[in-house]
Amino acid sequence: MSAPAVTESDGHTDSEGRRAERGARGLWRSSDSAIGTIRRGLRLSPEFTHGLGLTLVFATAATAGKVVVPIAVQQIIDNGIGGGTDQPDLDFVATIATLCAVLLVITAVCSYLMNYRLFRATESGLATLRRKAFRHVHDLSVLTQNSERKGALVSRVTADVDQISVFMQWGGLMMLVSSGQLVVATVLMAVYSWQLTLIVWLCFLPMLVGVRWLQRLLSRAYLRVRERTGDMLGTFGETVMGAATIRAHATEERTARRIDETVLATRKAQVRAQRLSMAVSPVAEMVAAVANAAVVVVGVLLGVAGDITPGELVAFLFLVTLFIAPMMMATEIFNEAQNAIAGWRRVLGVLDTVPDIADPGEAGHQLPRGPVRVRFEHVSYAYPDGPVVLDGADEEIEPGTRLAVVGETGSGKTTFVKLLTRLMDPDEGRVLLDDVDLRDIAFSSLRRRVVMVPQEGFLFDGSLAANIRFARPEADDADLEAAMAQLGLDDWLSGLAHGLHTPVGQRGESLSAGERQLVALVRAYVADPDLLVLDEATSAVDPHTEVRIQRALDRLTHDRTSVTIAHRLSTAEAADEVFVFDSGRVVQRGPHTDLVAQPGVYADLYASWVRSSA
Amino acid sequence: MSQGSTRDGRAPGSPVFRRGMRVLWIAIRTEPWVCALAVLGASLHAAATVGSSRVLGHLTDTVILPAFAEGRTTAAAMAAAAALLLGIGLAKALGLGARRLFAGLMQFRMQARYRRKVARRYLRLPLSWHHRHPTGQLLSNANADVEATWQPLAPLPMTLGSVLMLAIAGVAMVLADPVLALVGFVVFPLLFVANVIFQRKISPVATRAQALRAEVSEVAHESFDGALVVKTLGREDTETARFTEAAHRLRDTQIRVGRMRGMFDPVMEGLPNLGVLAVLLVGAWRLSNGAIAPGDLVQIAYLFTLLAQPIRSFGWLLGDLPRSVVGWNRVQTVLEADGAMRYGDRRINGDTRAGVRVTARDVSFSYEDTYDGAGDGSSGRDLANAAPETAPRTTVLTDVWLDIAPGRTVAVVGPTGAGKSTLAMLLMRLVDPDSGTVTHDGVDARELERGQLAEAAALVPQSTFVFEDTVRDNITLGNGASDTDVWAALRLAHADSFVAELPEGLDTRLGERGTSLSGGQRQRLALARAVVRRPRLLLLDDATSAVDPQIEARILAGLRDTELGATVVVIAYRRATIELADEVVYMEHGRVRDRGTHEELLRRSPGYERLVTAYERAAEERATEVAGPPRRAAADGHHATHEASTTAGTRGRTGRWMGEAHPGRNDGATVDTEESV
Repeated sequence: MSAPAVTESDGHTDSEGRRAERGARGLWRSSDSAIGTIRRGLRLSPEFTHGLGLTLVFATAATAGKVVVPIAVQQIIDNGIGGGTDQPDLDFVATIATLCAVLLVITAVCSYLMNYRLFRATESGLATLRRKAFRHVHDLSVLTQNSERKGALVSRVTADVDQISVFMQWGGLMMLVSSGQLVVATVLMAVYSWQLTLIVWLCFLPMLVGVRWLQRLLSRAYLRVRERTGDMLGTFGETVMGAATIRAHATEERTARRIDETVLATRKAQVRAQRLSMAVSPVAEMVAAVANAAVVVVGVLLGVAGDITPGELVAFLFLVTLFIAPMMMATEIFNEAQNAIAGWRRVLGVLDTVPDIADPGEAGHQLPRGPVRVRFEHVSYAYPDGPVVLDGADEEIEPGTRLAVVGETGSGKTTFVKLLTRLMDPDEGRVLLDDVDLRDIAFSSLRRRVVMVPQEGFLFDGSLAANIRFARPEADDADLEAAMAQLGLDDWLSGLAHGLHTPVGQRGESLSAGERQLVALVRAYVADPDLLVLDEATSAVDPHTEVRIQRALDRLTHDRTSVTIAHRLSTAEAADEVFVFDSGRVVQRGPHTDLVAQPGVYADLYASWVRSSA
Repeated sequence: MSQGSTRDGRAPGSPVFRRGMRVLWIAIRTEPWVCALAVLGASLHAAATVGSSRVLGHLTDTVILPAFAEGRTTAAAMAAAAALLLGIGLAKALGLGARRLFAGLMQFRMQARYRRKVARRYLRLPLSWHHRHPTGQLLSNANADVEATWQPLAPLPMTLGSVLMLAIAGVAMVLADPVLALVGFVVFPLLFVANVIFQRKISPVATRAQALRAEVSEVAHESFDGALVVKTLGREDTETARFTEAAHRLRDTQIRVGRMRGMFDPVMEGLPNLGVLAVLLVGAWRLSNGAIAPGDLVQIAYLFTLLAQPIRSFGWLLGDLPRSVVGWNRVQTVLEADGAMRYGDRRINGDTRAGVRVTARDVSFSYEDTYDGAGDGSSGRDLANAAPETAPRTTVLTDVWLDIAPGRTVAVVGPTGAGKSTLAMLLMRLVDPDSGTVTHDGVDARELERGQLAEAAALVPQSTFVFEDTVRDNITLGNGASDTDVWAALRLAHADSFVAELPEGLDTRLGERGTSLSGGQRQRLALARAVVRRPRLLLLDDATSAVDPQIEARILAGLRDTELGATVVVIAYRRATIELADEVVYMEHGRVRDRGTHEELLRRSPGYERLVTAYERAAEERATEVAGPPRRAAADGHHATHEASTTAGTRGRTGRWMGEAHPGRNDGATVDTEESV
């Protein structure tokens, strides 16, 4: 990804490059190799490697504990009970048993310390990764541009990180312990007999290759399960979220059929994946049986030749059991590893995405308080792969102006306010607030001075008060009530069952669409901005309330700058100035009384508005 | 997750254990054959596992030790040994394969069965029930809760096999040497007890970790959904703090899980190993007494290493049980939820295409309140502990009377929050009134046959739900309308031009993974969806608010001109829309305040007049403001006074906080208030 737009100070760089960057935004996947991904991931969350050295020491000790019992078996059979021929040496047996018991306890403690330290390190690292990714997602403009991608972004800080967590605490741990186990077992076996060691490895080696192959099949099968599950969740979502529509049109039967289809398809995929994943264990059992048989046969032959003791041979059979478990779990482990790396890559991909709307931060300009002057200098904008929506706008808004923006759907008025509030940056030209380029203003200053109320009044699950306080945490209930009263909403507030403490429900859905807009408006008002931008913020509110709010806002913001996308032209009538948009250009500007008097887009719009409202 | 239900004991005999067993029994009864095959496989594996240790003991005594002692062996003995080992390995492999295959089959079949049951139940439950439960919870009920319920089915056959394995092993040990068997009788119960203790300790913590994981996801979902608000108010840092808090709670709980698991794993591994050492010690002593052969010793020691793993399956099963029980309770709550809409057997005058006569008599409606004192409304919504009967209710409609003659167009007008949308839902029978009746052509809506009303009436709601499907299917919803009809409906809804421009026309897929439409386009799609059904009653709930006024006017005129002849109820604010109506119903605070023609209401209903003439009055006021000194023309004296007094009463305080940022600023409110008074 190229450098953030801020560095391109004059704004007249090639828009082609920027366009390409926006297109590439869709990838969001770091292209590093697996090792590179891990290395970068570890660097991002230093907690992962914190104290790793000591953890590995404990891990080594814990792994060494795995061969204590086979060694004890060998020692006691060969030296303690003398292969059944001599009288057992009970003192020797007791000594060995006690020694091994002590070793077992020590290695068990090491195993505990390893486990705990690993959990602590990974969970701390993952929490950091979550926090960094979450913050970064909020910095990406895609969140405010494309509602469809939000679900995918949530996965970056939840499911993807969980996948890494599961791997590190189960698969990764197993991988560490198992490979250690294989190494230790192999070393011990080689000490007893290199020939038998070779035989055991010859038996299990093909499995390792086969496991990789099977794992690839399995990961495809699991992918299918995930896809089918996604479809299934989609139909469940329709059943729940589309409940009203389904009932209103009595399409229950049809929906039920769709559910059956996706549920059964999911089951089919699950069973298929299960068939593949279960296949490993019986094969591992068979391989172990072959290895056992070969060890016994060859071992006895070697024993007859005097190369090996009976205790060593029996110990070998104990050691073969150490091989089975890692083999049985290998496919699952590889699969988890693959998922974890993919998940990590996706999280890193998000973190790698340079915020196209970057905060200049501390170095940025701080705007002084007071009414804002707005200037658009030859500003153009086009959506990626889309038509030009704003075409060379050159406009100025005087401080303290109440500006109304009108125009038909798709005329560029929403783009205009998005550029004004820096939800997007222009492809060409620049937007200036008090003669400072928007891109040079620190977000902390910008977001305090400039507040926009979007059309959809989004509320957080909580009380009315909590939602309004979102804009100004230090305000107390009396402040909030006062603000409501100033906007003339005290009547509405007193009509609510629990006043300020009324729960608004998820996304505010316990309130009507109009009421949500009222709350959003109060929220913005409480934020006390110097430039207030309203994007059809009262479209679902009844006219009487709308007019009252509009009037209250006019009063309360008379020495601030306000920009309102007008859904109803009554707003334009009340404004100091009107911008009329048509096909991405401001085609007319001036006070309502002037514009309505001259033939043009505005006069037409107004005539049609009068017809529909009066 | 309800903590209380998972905290009580989990040991055999405890309520959770008994209830968990009952859940498993349901699965066994439902899938007896699959279960039987899985258990058969598990038994084969169990027997073969114990058998393999016996084979090893046998070979030690008959083949290995003699060969080492005598320094020679025979090919026949070797072949027999190999065959024995391979044979027992094959039996183990077959048993293991069958067990895992059928256990998975059973689990997935039960999951699918209950997912279908739950989803079908959702389709039958009334909308009022849906409104009581958050979307996320209903989705996780159909998915995660069902999954959790049947999770124990995966280790179940293995656990049953392990019981058998322990029994066979016990017998085998006693047969080999009763004294050595005693070691086993100490170690295996110890392992079992360790399992139970561990599960008891870890289950609540693991459950909590699961709940916290869901919380992290909820916070992220909500925060990203509200990104525009977060960004425009510059609250990214507080949102990150909120998320980090949740992430840290999850981290701390996970570390606790890790600490317990870290303790448990070495114990579960160490105990059998210590057992082997004890066997060797006691065995050497028994050997010196000549009570046993070396092979017996090897057999029992080997058995210990083999049994350690299967015994852990008890732990897995016990670990899954509490979540299974909680999941089952939640699933059962849905499956047993009553209040499903009941339907009668009457029909609406079927042989006519004329409009429906709609009446509402004395209709009142309220909904369950989620207020809980704290104001966050988060409690009391859990599926497992909902108590709708006792919860306080919020009244939306009170004694509403309505009588709409066939073919009439009636506008419902009222301030924001007056209950207009609820009235539309009642007329469509998406909800039933608390008291009073809604009738269509004289028939009580509750006595109508299922599907009757949907056939006769269509509601276009404020916000449109788009299915993940093609444009065509989104309009027909499977009612079999021809493309010609679909295009006609689209034309009437003024949606034909944008649909024609879509890449694949009617076949374009919509929704999350398809094309997304703008608000106005969605509304027109919903309108077409209603029109294509040729409804005899059309309910429009502010259905064209996102459509440009000019287009809206054309759509409404089109609806009136067609030979549909339908009764139309339209909820609207726009005056042009209202004026198209034959009659207007004016609502306020959940009551019908007045009804009559637009002109009549303008004359006699001050609230109505205030609402529909708001823009004109605003314009007039501005005219006077421009002409004379700034004065507020109080069209409604009561309101102006009320507003003024409230503002005056709080002026001191607001002046403080509004003023602290800009000391020199004189608030417009203050000036205005004084003038009004």
